[in-house]
Amino acid sequence: MPNSQFSIFNSQFKMFYHALQIDAPRCIGCSRCMKICPTEAVRIFGGKASIQEHRCIDCGKCYEVCPAQAIGIKDDDFEAIHRYPHSVALLPAVFMGQFPDEVSVSRVYASLQELGFAHVMEVESAAMIYADAKNRYAHEHPDVRPLISSFCPAIVRLIQIKYPSLTENVMPIKVPLDLSAMYAVEELVSRGIPREEIGLFYITPCAAKIAAVKAPVGEERSLIDGVINMNLLFNRVYKHIKEMGKSHQYKPLSRQRLSADAILSTLTNGERRICAAKRSYAIDGIENVMDFLDKLENDEVEGVEFLELRACDQSCAGALLSYDNRFLCGERMYARARKAAERERNGEMPRDREMEKYRDYLIDHSLVDEVQPRSMLVLDEDRVKAFEKMEKIERMKTHLPQIDCGVCGAPTCEAFATDVVCGRADLHRCVFYRLHLEAKGKMTLGEGRSNMYSVWGDDRISGEIDV
Amino acid sequence: MHQEYTVVEGDFVNAGKASSSVKKTLKQLNVNPQVVKRVVVALYEAEVNAIAHAYGGKVLVDIDADKIKMVVADKGPGIPDIALAMQEGYSTARPEVRDMGFGAGMGLPNMQKNVDKLNVTSEVGVGTTVEMEVAF
Repeated sequence: MPNSQFSIFNSQFKMFYHALQIDAPRCIGCSRCMKICPTEAVRIFGGKASIQEHRCIDCGKCYEVCPAQAIGIKDDDFEAIHRYPHSVALLPAVFMGQFPDEVSVSRVYASLQELGFAHVMEVESAAMIYADAKNRYAHEHPDVRPLISSFCPAIVRLIQIKYPSLTENVMPIKVPLDLSAMYAVEELVSRGIPREEIGLFYITPCAAKIAAVKAPVGEERSLIDGVINMNLLFNRVYKHIKEMGKSHQYKPLSRQRLSADAILSTLTNGERRICAAKRSYAIDGIENVMDFLDKLENDEVEGVEFLELRACDQSCAGALLSYDNRFLCGERMYARARKAAERERNGEMPRDREMEKYRDYLIDHSLVDEVQPRSMLVLDEDRVKAFEKMEKIERMKTHLPQIDCGVCGAPTCEAFATDVVCGRADLHRCVFYRLHLEAKGKMTLGEGRSNMYSVWGDDRISGEIDV
Repeated sequence: MHQEYTVVEGDFVNAGKASSSVKKTLKQLNVNPQVVKRVVVALYEAEVNAIAHAYGGKVLVDIDADKIKMVVADKGPGIPDIALAMQEGYSTARPEVRDMGFGAGMGLPNMQKNVDKLNVTSEVGVGTTVEMEVAF
């Protein structure tokens, strides 16, 4: 049973919005998600997975491995765009990377308008202003090094829960999505469009971005009115293009939308290659990031000024809702960037440069509150109680098998011991401990079996196996 | 709570084992992140010192609810002049150790900067004991 101290935590944990949720009827309790979760946030009980909210960073590793599609993403309904006469599609550049080569950028833009968006804008339009805002912040805060990019929301949350001493290194700066949303509002209002007629919809490549929009770190609320699943929108757009056929006349784009630098900014090294820092690292893949942050926290890495950290391998090209292979998507983005660079060399100014006139305004409004730690590791806010719990955990660990079999419904023996001491699990869920008790006559086979059923459900074994 | 670690001469690959483990413990105890950082930096320095200069040693850590005590005791050449060793930039590290990025003469000064109490005792030809204490 949860003790009183945990319920205090519990009310605090409820403040953390999560975009990932387990659809219990679909969940088959296979525990793949429990084994892969990088922050050990998943537990199995009653034959179903559940997420410990204070540990989840919405990285989506569980979503990728779920064989039953039982992990849902809390996105918004596409139809909501029709509520606003001036609906704006805020696209991530990786959206273009989903389409095969023969589908041009202008075709995608035109299709989105034919599907009902009044305006289409790629959020990377603000990539260069974001870079400038970071450079300015770095200049104004010479004592804080390394500075960590705020770009990837899963990383910001990872730092909050697992590396609390590094929260002050995260630059509290609005990401390109928020800057471009601000720009869209300013620009449309300046054209005489009433603010209430403008609806901003972000097409998200991942779950963490949804959480970032619904519960932003360092801000009261986001400007974004809705978040649309990139996979679903890809299906709609691609279907539209197929239905319209090759002969359909799409409204051509007057000129390219993004500069080469902006297109590449969401890929690995995209921020690093245009930042002013001398020594910097671009690290993708959450395990790689954790390896690095462990070293950084010990002060083992010297002289590093800037860190671009992304939770997904190949950054946003490898995002959860990026339907195509991350390398194919990445190469398409490089191809688009090469073309853009060529046109820039020929003197064509990409459309994103129009944002320049709002540069000062956007940079002046780019700061958010400092990122606060919310450590998942804290056993109790009262240190004396935390200390008692830790001693109990250490004692319990010496009795547990230390093979991390997961049969108790927790990913490791240590996680299980922590759950037991914090009142979240019953010690008898350990199969080794039960065998020990059964052998000593302290527990009946029937009691042992019902313990097993309590974790995994009562339909796992159907009878004797005849091979 | 008592923890013990062994430090092996020249084994830079395993430097930081004690400090990483202590770091996790202190995080669980809800110790202020900046205090955790100071402890970890100081202990890591002491570990590296023992690895670089001595013939191995032990790290003894005692944690209670309001402070941590760390003792890094090595068997080694000892420090003839502790006051001199406490000066920034003073180093006796061998060139191959310096080539690895260690031995810049910042070890003891860095420990001093990060802990509340530091006590270094040493006997030439026998070894050095570094005692550190940080209040939470």
